[in-house]
Amino acid sequence: MKEQVENEMRLEFLSKSSNEAFARLTVAAFASQLDPTIEELADIKTAVSEAVTNCIIHGYENRIGIVKIYAKLKEKEIIIEISDNGKGIENIEIAKEPLYTTKPNLERSGMGFTIMESFMDSVNIESIVGLGTKITMSKKIKSHEKKESEEDTYTILNT
Amino acid sequence: MESKFYEKDKLLVFKISEEIDDHSVQKIRRRADYEIERYMPKRVIFDFNSVTFMDSAGIGFLIGRYKFANMLGVTLEIANLTQSVKKIFEMSGVLKLISVTSLQESTAS
Repeated sequence: MKEQVENEMRLEFLSKSSNEAFARLTVAAFASQLDPTIEELADIKTAVSEAVTNCIIHGYENRIGIVKIYAKLKEKEIIIEISDNGKGIENIEIAKEPLYTTKPNLERSGMGFTIMESFMDSVNIESIVGLGTKITMSKKIKSHEKKESEEDTYTILNT
Repeated sequence: MESKFYEKDKLLVFKISEEIDDHSVQKIRRRADYEIERYMPKRVIFDFNSVTFMDSAGIGFLIGRYKFANMLGVTLEIANLTQSVKKIFEMSGVLKLISVTSLQESTAS
């Protein structure tokens, strides 16, 4: 099967918390090319915000490093990679558990991964201790011109 | 964020109008705690009507203020949750702890 890439973007910025809004708004502006609903766009913004915040406060622990975002639009899907070269996650399974946080004193809720997982279709975490973490998330944007899902299936089957 | 203290009811209302994330929440937290200590209200309400964005920093913020208010014997409530704010709070279970109130009734007098 031939994969048709429709668009790509890359973004690099310093791990400053003031860049959290910049990052989510930039990805949202890019994602808007897929004509998402307001709710889908809000989901993407929230997931990006969570991942970028993790890079800043957990990956780099407020030291200055580079956060990288790569996003790709493929048909009606957005794939977003968010990575840092920070300290990495020792145990991914534990980190993903709702309410688990290594920084309760900072009033962190431990809900970041849970939110990413419920707002996006897929979330994949790769991490090496001492080298960094990469989060890959994807979300299909539902076509809202035509409501009939049967029609979509028909089109997919015939292409 | 704007705040208003209703002397008669000892009610302190915070109207949050910022996007709530890990960055902005630090300033909101400092201001809220300062004013709660200053006015020593009986009730505190956080109004989310103008919050256009909130991530999990909002959950940590709310639980933190709940603990702080509890310690001082202050009742804490929230009002006017937008769809996206509600979605995040519901996911965390924080709504089992903190009640949602109607701001119109509370501040009518």
